[in-house]
Amino acid sequence: MSTGTLPDVSRDDASLRAFLHGLPGVDQVGAEARAAMLSTRSIKTTSKQWAIDTAISMIDLTTLEGADTPGKVRNLCAKARRPDPGDPTTPQVAAVCVYGDLVATAKEALGDSGVHVAAVATAFPSGRASLTVKLADTKDAVAAGADEIDMVIDRGAFLSGRYLQVFEEIVAVKQASAPAHLKVILETGELATYDNVRRAAWLAMLADADFIKTSTGKISPAATLPVLLVMLEAVRDFRASTGRQVGVKPAGGIRTSKDAIRHLVMVNETVGEEWLSPDWFRFGASTLLNDLLLQRQKLATGHYSGPDYITLD
Amino acid sequence: MPFDYAPAPESRAIVDIKASYGLFIGGEFTDATDGTPFKTISPSSEEVLAEVSEAGPSDVDRAVKAARRAYTGVWGRLAPAERGKYLYRIARIVQERARELAVLESLDNGKPIRESRDVDVPTAAAHFFYYAGWADKLDYAGLGPAPRPLGVAGQIIPWNFPLLMLSWKIAPALAAGNTVVLKPAETTPLTALLFAEICQQADLPPGVVNIVTGAGETGRALVEHPDVDKVAFTGSTEVGKAIARAIAGTPKKATLELGGKAANIVFDDAPIDQAVEGIVNGIFFNQGHVCCAGSRLLVQENVYDEVLDSLRRRLGTLRLGDPLDKNTDIGAINSAAQLARIRELSDVGESEGAQRWSPPCELPEHGFWFPPTLFTGAGQSSRIAQEEIFGPVLTVLTFRTPEEAVAKANNTPYGLSAGVWTEKGSRILWMAGRLRAGVVWANTFNRFDPTSPFGGYKESGFGREGGRQGLAAYLTRGGPGA
Repeated sequence: MSTGTLPDVSRDDASLRAFLHGLPGVDQVGAEARAAMLSTRSIKTTSKQWAIDTAISMIDLTTLEGADTPGKVRNLCAKARRPDPGDPTTPQVAAVCVYGDLVATAKEALGDSGVHVAAVATAFPSGRASLTVKLADTKDAVAAGADEIDMVIDRGAFLSGRYLQVFEEIVAVKQASAPAHLKVILETGELATYDNVRRAAWLAMLADADFIKTSTGKISPAATLPVLLVMLEAVRDFRASTGRQVGVKPAGGIRTSKDAIRHLVMVNETVGEEWLSPDWFRFGASTLLNDLLLQRQKLATGHYSGPDYITLD
Repeated sequence: MPFDYAPAPESRAIVDIKASYGLFIGGEFTDATDGTPFKTISPSSEEVLAEVSEAGPSDVDRAVKAARRAYTGVWGRLAPAERGKYLYRIARIVQERARELAVLESLDNGKPIRESRDVDVPTAAAHFFYYAGWADKLDYAGLGPAPRPLGVAGQIIPWNFPLLMLSWKIAPALAAGNTVVLKPAETTPLTALLFAEICQQADLPPGVVNIVTGAGETGRALVEHPDVDKVAFTGSTEVGKAIARAIAGTPKKATLELGGKAANIVFDDAPIDQAVEGIVNGIFFNQGHVCCAGSRLLVQENVYDEVLDSLRRRLGTLRLGDPLDKNTDIGAINSAAQLARIRELSDVGESEGAQRWSPPCELPEHGFWFPPTLFTGAGQSSRIAQEEIFGPVLTVLTFRTPEEAVAKANNTPYGLSAGVWTEKGSRILWMAGRLRAGVVWANTFNRFDPTSPFGGYKESGFGREGGRQGLAAYLTRGGPGA
């Protein structure tokens, strides 16, 4: 797995298959046991404070509903810039994540706040469209000002073994999305095995993804800790063999501060602090922020204010 | 800013440690009549936890007599289902008092609270539940119809898993209808004494379980007592041999669970990340104070660099320190004597030319500590590749072919356990058939379950504990011709 040999692996379907199937397997029992053990870490006081603020700064605050309105997106953007108006020390989130048609609204609302706009594209969430449509979808979002594109892979092609097709699609979307950053959603809930998660992660990284992301949030299970573990091992090993660092974004189903902290512990103990920044790790979440704010207030004041004191957006 | 974990200590307020403890004989705590009291300390701080009685020969005699009375008077005549009820009750109390037991175990032994809380205590309760179920089904144990108990069992347990080894010994003995005199190790008597309170709480008839504390001399008195029918010992091979000599020519039955120098064998097609976890769990679980520890790593030479790089990186994340901190991975070495032995053998490893490596690791000022340590470049003939170190020290060797892996793995006087890491099922079966080890783990290590028998080949001892097979150690075959 030396740097020099990696570019060659995508020259044809057979090479790509040989490479992906040559990656070490994942033992399901062992991976799940490791994730369960890391979940027992007890994060208290100052380290909890740090973890909560770090988690807030890593959130891609997300709304991906058919019923989304410009008003809702503007509200979300206000929340993204100042998550807790009562406490100006609260960090802002990393990005707001919306459908392509609302990118312009979000861009305008966020202005020069530094909060990015991420857009889901490529016929999200199913990915069932022609490449032409996917590329048009992507270019549309970038033209509207998206800083980041969250694309989905073609799971049908992946599961049936057409790896080169998936690879080439990602490469094409990457070109279409420049200069925006590209996050590649593997939709691990549809990949069935951890071996497949590892292969899909490598495939996306070989195709030049900036981030690999677990899920659309539309499929259950979404982000799970063992899946995150396998993806973190993949970005770690990928950097070791190519020198290029790739970010990781678990998304879907992460709702509580406790969940978020468990994810950070796993990042810390699997790939280390180099990934513990919004440049390299994100949470795709809609309701997580409110629980983090509640816990943050509790740490600051010593008591829970209750959900009535946190805004619903 | 790095993600430092703030201290997260488990409170020790939950456990009430007495200033001094007597012996538990005939259902009561009594003073020793002829021993010298000794102190048990916390190996992580060297703080004195309690003073404990030393049972002399006359105390051991009282305990054996109490056990005999209970056997002939009550326990041996009790309806089997009633014995089961007592064991279920004990199992439930162990669960109810789990936190207390876990804190006490970590204090007295030095092991991380994560392990005592998540492994030792739940597995101990599981053993009582499992053997409770056997109490009225002994006809189906494969020992003929109506197998009979042996009588009074003298049981001696080590300091590495004090409560868990107690449960491995007491649960099957009681389920089969025996009564017991148990001697915990002198450095870790406290959970056994708390267990004595649990026996009282469960209204276990007096004398069914007796706990005598003390060191080697107390153990010798118990082994040599003429009215003991069965000796069950877990500990060093050296002491095991002495016990075997002591009971030779007597009608006493024995099971011995002794040392090990297990090979953990990693093939090139292994799930590498999980194999690395298994290597860590194999040798650094419980500071390597595990008789079945995977203390010899055998790596296929073509993945040696990859495995060693991963392993070194992983060792860098191990958290050594206060055993009561919920985030601690590596606790204290159990005693000054054990620490001295680990240091001595590690020094020998270096002087024999092997390369020693430990991650950057700050050791606490007080107490007994040894960093997780790897030795590479050792030969099969190195002492660190042959002798049981019983500490957090891993000796790494390589192999080229499966035949060589088997030959190296079996090239030891021990034969307690082995691990095989490969994604190829047929190779697992091929290896398991050839490895001379009581337990062969496939793609895992150091997994224990009450339903699974455990025990050794060769100098790792004889007899099995756990499972249906574990009952054979406490029963005489019944039926015609018995």
